Amino acid sequence: MKTILDEIINKPHVGEIKYTPQDFKPDVDVRWCAGCGGYAILSPVQRIMPELGIPKEKFVTVSGIGCSGRFPYYMDTFGFHSIHGRALAIATGLKIARPDLNVLVATGDGDNMSIGGNHFIHSCRRNIDINVIMFNNEVYSLTKGQYSPTSHRGQITKSSPLGVLDDPFNPTSLALGSGASFVARGHDKDRQVLQTLLERASKHKGFAFIEIYANCRIFNDGAFDEFTNKETRDDTTIWVEHGKPLVFGKNKDKGIIIDGYTPKVVSIGNGKYSVNDLIVHNEKDSTLALIISNMTYNENLPRPMGIFQSIERSSYDERVDYQINEEIKKKGEGNLESLLLGDSYWEIK
Amino acid sequence: MDKIVEYLDEVTVRFAGDSGDGMQLIGTQFSDTSGFAGNEVNTFPDYPSEIRAPEGTLYGVSAFQVHFGKKNINTTGDFIDVLVVMNASSLKVNINNLKENGIIIANTDGFDDKNLKLSGYKSNPLEDKSLDKYQVYAIDMFAEIKSELLEINSSPKLVKRTKNIFALGITYWMFNRPIEPTVNWINKKFKGKEDIIEANVRVLRAGWNFAERNTAFKRRYKIEKSDLPPGKYRNITGNQAVALGLVIAAKKSNLPLFLGSYPITPASEILQYISGYKKYGVKHLQAEDEIAGITSAIGAAFGGSLAATTTSGPGLSLKTEALGLAVITELPLIVVNVQRAGPSTGLPTKPEQSDLFMALYGRHGEAPLPVLAAASASDCFNMTLEAARIALKYMTPVILLTDGYIGQATEPWKIPDIEGLPDLTPVFETDPDSFAPYKRDPETLRRLWAIPGTQGLEHRIGGLEKQDVTGEVSHDPSNHQRMVELRKEKIDRIANDIPHVEVLGEKEGDLLLLSWGSTYGAAKTAFDNLRSDGNKLSFVHLKYLHPFPENLGEILFSFKRILVPELNMGQLKTVIQSRYLIPVIGLNKVQGKPFKAIEIEEKLIELLNQKKAES
Repeated sequence: MKTILDEIINKPHVGEIKYTPQDFKPDVDVRWCAGCGGYAILSPVQRIMPELGIPKEKFVTVSGIGCSGRFPYYMDTFGFHSIHGRALAIATGLKIARPDLNVLVATGDGDNMSIGGNHFIHSCRRNIDINVIMFNNEVYSLTKGQYSPTSHRGQITKSSPLGVLDDPFNPTSLALGSGASFVARGHDKDRQVLQTLLERASKHKGFAFIEIYANCRIFNDGAFDEFTNKETRDDTTIWVEHGKPLVFGKNKDKGIIIDGYTPKVVSIGNGKYSVNDLIVHNEKDSTLALIISNMTYNENLPRPMGIFQSIERSSYDERVDYQINEEIKKKGEGNLESLLLGDSYWEIK
Repeated sequence: MDKIVEYLDEVTVRFAGDSGDGMQLIGTQFSDTSGFAGNEVNTFPDYPSEIRAPEGTLYGVSAFQVHFGKKNINTTGDFIDVLVVMNASSLKVNINNLKENGIIIANTDGFDDKNLKLSGYKSNPLEDKSLDKYQVYAIDMFAEIKSELLEINSSPKLVKRTKNIFALGITYWMFNRPIEPTVNWINKKFKGKEDIIEANVRVLRAGWNFAERNTAFKRRYKIEKSDLPPGKYRNITGNQAVALGLVIAAKKSNLPLFLGSYPITPASEILQYISGYKKYGVKHLQAEDEIAGITSAIGAAFGGSLAATTTSGPGLSLKTEALGLAVITELPLIVVNVQRAGPSTGLPTKPEQSDLFMALYGRHGEAPLPVLAAASASDCFNMTLEAARIALKYMTPVILLTDGYIGQATEPWKIPDIEGLPDLTPVFETDPDSFAPYKRDPETLRRLWAIPGTQGLEHRIGGLEKQDVTGEVSHDPSNHQRMVELRKEKIDRIANDIPHVEVLGEKEGDLLLLSWGSTYGAAKTAFDNLRSDGNKLSFVHLKYLHPFPENLGEILFSFKRILVPELNMGQLKTVIQSRYLIPVIGLNKVQGKPFKAIEIEEKLIELLNQKKAES
């Protein structure tokens, strides 16, 4: 059925689709704190936009509440700064109604793992074609320093003066377990890698989730230092890459083998193990993705980073359109007069 | 043998049996056929909240009531004229509402020892003379059907399963209803299963013939055709009417429809109907929760769809925060609340009008929005279109209140000519040069609808307070005051754009009956009855609860006393009192049941008598 919306959707873009990152910077001051991890996320996002070759008016940025919630104001695209936890549900309705749009959700560990947790798992499950970047700073910052669902046990915060009692979510495992087709992790100290992750996520058809360790200078400063400082990070993290063995360490002399179902660190090049014994990453293997993701809070293993999984699966919005088109093919476009008449009617003359 | 023919103005028939006895089915057939026969009809299904309660129990009784007649059939009938019961429990549960000398058609096979024990009858009421004040027709339907179907060698299961059809045949005979519509329905329903078709049609005729032959059936009744305007009609429930209203509103607004909903009794049917409308291009999401229901709809509205969410009380509670977002972002949205008895899970299958306060005030901050209420099942269609019109014209969420009663009740609906319905097409903003997200139409105060995909209109909206016109985030104190006032003024101005209320009876005087929502039917019937007895009385029905129609105050001031019957503890009463500073008398019922006309009538008589005593 033709509607006036079709005129907007099908209207060709006037002029060349050629942008610079500057075109995605609106004329407002970014008001995050100095040194906030948000800056390190915003700039690669603005940098990849021109690369995608999509008219600017087709981008929509949706957010919830928290420091990440300000993200849409800092993107010169259509944007919706919504309410706490609901960005994904709003984005889901928008994407179903408007599959022609490119929808990006910016969220945080509180917004997405706590109050919005239900929308998150269901969005993963449906594989709706939305890109989600989750700023994980392991604390509630906009409310000034309470613990979040990714805070670790024992963490001292304003609402846990004697230490946090709960264990944290592992966001990537939650995403994988809920059926997300693209799952990755990065951090705010390596913008180049972050840009690669964002590009891959943008090109992925289906639900793409990137967890980004984002330092909060004010309420949880240094939470990720161990994994992001140049001095330590080579030994404390491992970047997984499709088709490549799991090697890490300053001297590239360590790797991950699988022993039964358990990943273990081994030294390579000392005679006992070689690179050929290591797990070779395969983004298409969802079992492996979960094993890698589950290394996350294991003290004996490096913190995994990179793209854990990227698999092809039809997206929910595609399926909605497919079902409608198939039904119309089978039964013809619906006749509203006969819909109103129903199964049995009578006439009074 | 000659039968006596008696003419009646109106009749209430109630079919009652076990959940699995097919009472809803024959009730629907009887009401459709009565519509075919040219009568006004009003029906209500009454089934237990248990899905398949144990057979023969009191709590497993399922019933369907049909009220039909020549004119003014606005309720499902206060009392029963004819009670069809398939077992002892269904007699016990329904007998209290049967008129004196009313007719009982009982299936004796449902009054065996086991059934009597389950129903708690000490002796068989069909035999112990306890039903002497009624006209009882006790029939062994099982035996009758068995002998009828002997010839075609039907299975015992089929014999058992067609008891309802036999009972339907008897009632068709009794009220001179044509059997053809049901024969056609059977043919369609069981297409390809010739044995089942033959058995059902035979049993339907057998029921008819049984009554015709049987000397105990002395009387037949005739109900003259109603004086309805010409046109095509069908029976429709309120939930069906909302679903159709949404589809037609989308058509008339030239927008795609998006429904985001979460299943909840008694609103789920709307979601179910919409999910079957794929070939009309309708999109829907069965959301993960009530909040995602409304927020997905808000997302779709941002994208330029006609967006709706449907729910019942507890669901509306969950949606309230998001409603505030729709208010501040000024996006069009239809929220249908099929009210049920609360608080909390309350009586989930039973109606109440107790969400009026929540609809009017149930949001944090200053968040006014239009609230409408449908008066009857078929009115749900009109009011859904009206909700869409207001939402689109004023860029606002609109709450439409219906309830579990009109949501599931049926009445004949004159099928409208789609072409003739008003055009609701909105305008999308497309001009980048003059664009500002919160620039307003000077007349309606609506903001512009600028949707993603429109080149040059990239902008941000959200829940933070907006700078007037530009829509930038603003914490400026005087701007907040201005924006709160603008949003209120926008909604208040809708009062100029809705129909005036109409006063039936004297234009001024002593006593005004003021109803809203589904109370219409009982209130109108009570009013008609008392007027026809020569009483001085006036009647106003409200369908717009916020803002009120412009002329409401003037009318209220023209009466000395105002009676508001409502299925709550006095919510409209309180609103009227605080708005117009006049006293209002409440008639309040919270039993999970709609008003009977007689209940309102009795209260009105009491008030009329008070007046007489005073003068």
